[in-house]
Amino acid sequence: MENKNKKNISRRDFLKVLGTGTVISAAALTGCKPVRQTNTNSATGEVPTDKMTYRTNPHSGDKVSLLGYGCMRWPLRKNSNGDEEIDQDTVNELVDYAIAHGVNYFDTAPVYVRGWSEAATGIALARHPREKFFIATKASNPRGPYDLQGCIAMYHKSMSELQVDYIDYYLLHSVGNSIEEFHRRFVDNGFLDFLIKERSEGRIRNLGWSFHGIAECFDYVLAYNDIQWDFCQIQLNYQDWKNATGRNVNAEYLYAELVKKNVPAIIMEPLLGGRLSRLNSFTQAPLRQLRPDDTPASWAFRYAGTPEHVLTVLSGMVYMEHLQENIRTYSPLVPLTEPEYDALEKVTEMMLAADFIPCTECQYCMPCPYGIDIPGIFTHYNRVINEQRMPEDKTDPGYRKARRQFLIGYDRSVPKLRQANHCIGCGICKPECPQRIPIPDQMEQIDKFAESLRLGNNNRTTEQL
Amino acid sequence: MLRRSRIILGIIFFVLISMLFLDFTGTFHRFFGWMAKFQLIPAILALNFAAVAVLIIVTILFGRIYCSVICPLGVFQDAVSWTSGKFKKKNRFSYSPAISWLRYAVLVLFVIALIAGVSSIVVLLEPYSAYGRIASNLFAQVYRLGNNLLAYFAERIDSYAFYSVEVRIKSGVTFGIAVLTFLAVGYLAWRNGRTYCNTICPVGTVLGFISRFSIFKPVMDPDKCTKCSLCARNCKASCIDYKNYTIDYSRCVACMNCLGKCKFDALHYSAKRPEKMVNLEYEAEVKSSGASGMSRRGFLGVVSLFAASHVIKAQNKVDGGLAVIVDKKIPARETPVNPPGSGSARNMKQYCTGCQLCVSACPNNILRPSDKLGTFMQPEVSFERGYCRPECTRCSEVCPTGAIKRITVDEKSGLKIGRAVWIKENCVVNRDNVICTACERHCPTGAITLIPREPDNDKSLKIPVVDDELCIGCGACENLCPSRPFSAIYVEGITRQRII
Repeated sequence: MENKNKKNISRRDFLKVLGTGTVISAAALTGCKPVRQTNTNSATGEVPTDKMTYRTNPHSGDKVSLLGYGCMRWPLRKNSNGDEEIDQDTVNELVDYAIAHGVNYFDTAPVYVRGWSEAATGIALARHPREKFFIATKASNPRGPYDLQGCIAMYHKSMSELQVDYIDYYLLHSVGNSIEEFHRRFVDNGFLDFLIKERSEGRIRNLGWSFHGIAECFDYVLAYNDIQWDFCQIQLNYQDWKNATGRNVNAEYLYAELVKKNVPAIIMEPLLGGRLSRLNSFTQAPLRQLRPDDTPASWAFRYAGTPEHVLTVLSGMVYMEHLQENIRTYSPLVPLTEPEYDALEKVTEMMLAADFIPCTECQYCMPCPYGIDIPGIFTHYNRVINEQRMPEDKTDPGYRKARRQFLIGYDRSVPKLRQANHCIGCGICKPECPQRIPIPDQMEQIDKFAESLRLGNNNRTTEQL
Repeated sequence: MLRRSRIILGIIFFVLISMLFLDFTGTFHRFFGWMAKFQLIPAILALNFAAVAVLIIVTILFGRIYCSVICPLGVFQDAVSWTSGKFKKKNRFSYSPAISWLRYAVLVLFVIALIAGVSSIVVLLEPYSAYGRIASNLFAQVYRLGNNLLAYFAERIDSYAFYSVEVRIKSGVTFGIAVLTFLAVGYLAWRNGRTYCNTICPVGTVLGFISRFSIFKPVMDPDKCTKCSLCARNCKASCIDYKNYTIDYSRCVACMNCLGKCKFDALHYSAKRPEKMVNLEYEAEVKSSGASGMSRRGFLGVVSLFAASHVIKAQNKVDGGLAVIVDKKIPARETPVNPPGSGSARNMKQYCTGCQLCVSACPNNILRPSDKLGTFMQPEVSFERGYCRPECTRCSEVCPTGAIKRITVDEKSGLKIGRAVWIKENCVVNRDNVICTACERHCPTGAITLIPREPDNDKSLKIPVVDDELCIGCGACENLCPSRPFSAIYVEGITRQRII
């Protein structure tokens, strides 16, 4: 692809290029190198090692890289027994690269990647000087243990898995469902008191919590007992700023409350599980018009990193290209301007008009005891919405093609026995979802939709899929 | 010219009939499904008199064109024989006398089996079904693997032109029979051309009887013949007795190969009667009269074939039906479930020739060939891999024999082929104490209602109750029931299918 003269091309030509669809973003990601001197392009070019933007934690003085490494999605491989395991070589490579390029915040939890994340992260980080990185892990006990012994054991296990004798950032994991639950998990059993003591003794350098849930609970925990929280982890992105879905709270509110209390914000889901990086060509047009070479992902990261009280923005990077792109975006951060905010607002409007299921593929709902691939189903559904291939009305000219693509794509992304029709509606997954997606209801809807597509073809002249 | 036409037509029929077994999208059936219905035994069983009449008239006119063009097993043998010719010396065939006792013994056995309802013998001998098993068990697997390879690449380039399908041996026994048939028929064809057709095949024997009297046939001209034997050495049916200037028309499959071989213009495909030869050679007359004695019996065979199909239609004889299925994951059914449109187990057993067309065509993977002797290689319904979807009437569309009668989608939606039975010990509501609505939600007729397990408790978990009057036995509940390996709700067959 010819990129040299891109600056000079007319707007119409540019739109024509956009019209080739996702090709452009795919190509941008896989590297057709534009000839450029400066580093304004997010997707390609050199990756600076010394330009990372850092933010200072007012409580501990930590200088934290604006890009934080989320260790929730480490790559897997098959071992010689055919079982899946963490691809430790790749993890090491990614961690080394991240540290070499100024990333110093690593966020994990005992439950991540089937419980393998802490150990894998620990192995990779143990190869670096302890002062080079901040490690964050969590008290992941939404479903127990609730007793103090169990909680403390979990805390100590995190330390041993991570091969550290102090934890830089310790979080109460996913607080916000209900005040009652907060008390059950942390207060009644004395675990919170224990953690505060650990902080005073220096084994926890910063104590905070991650939030998913209702505003009332957020306010309650933030003000609870006048504890000075060192940080708080919230979901923030340009869609959730004012239009949080499910039982999430608008990030605008959460952020403002944190500023009031001088609690720095750590940002999760800056890409909404990748959805904001996969905008279709139509939706990303307002962004491309302003910054033709920047990917939608870099916009989302700039959005999340621009507010001053943000300490770090977490991204669960599986591929080196994504890591490199995100490092570029924050080396250094170019804060969003007013016209850029306006452009993102347009994108948000278009996104809201489409019926996405707010799944971020965090895998908290998994494994479903009855074998359903919940995130896989939602991903397929969202992908079809995003690519505007949703079969709507039988009389539409593109209906048959869209129907075929939906059903074939469904079978490709999710094995038949793991599809929505096998959901029994038991609801075990429902409380696990941080996005508060009513998973069984959604499954039923997708099942009905897929069924209607299959049935929509009863003239016997075309194939059954 | 005649030979070339025969080859071209044969290839067309062969490829298209094979595609009926290979193509899993149903596209070929839409256009070429009739080809299966023109196979002689299926047409007779389906009481498709028009097709039978056409086939008989064609045979009376032109000889056993059927065996060279329409019968896929015949064309398959020609292909094998032709290939083997590439490895052998030219002019490799030779005349051999007919083994008439075997031909007619097999025919009689076949007819008796047909009338007596010994389906296992019928399905073994019927040539179209033998080919169907080869196509569906061997060729289709290769075809599907190829398709899956294309689907693999299509997925990688984000194309939806191909999608992958399951490749699976549905019954080991049927697969074994298909392999054996393939090897045995292939071996005979490799060695001697049409040996199978002229010694075993009951259809070959019946048509051979008719083709004795066919109007057009290859005729030798003794005046021109030099007894060079070239025609006989190129006859894959081994039916040219050049020494006596005679051709055994009961075995000639009208392949026309000999016509072009004669260098002396002594062979013609014409309506002329080869009278001269009979007069010339006394021996030949003896032979032909002996053969006509056989012919009478052969004729009886044809008559009884028709009689058989009448008998089938008239009787309502009670029969065994599909036996209990032994596979661990298949529930023990008291009464088997038959494909929708088959009416009853008895009807299925009488008409089905086990050609595997429905098994190949079923997009929902609910049909598999039976391993039971009484219903050998005939389709069985079970719901481990799918259920009988309401919009699908594929098996009834493809069946060439009338074992599964044509039904419409509307009829299908109300056709009761079984009834659902709940086994409370297996139900996850009882076993795991969870909410489960799988069976209730997926029942297309609303036959399943959930009721509280403990009547006095408003928060009680709910268990399913089946309304037998509404249940059509489609197996959606059984297939989608989360309980494994045995579903907590399964479909029990009924003796006669009926519209509810």
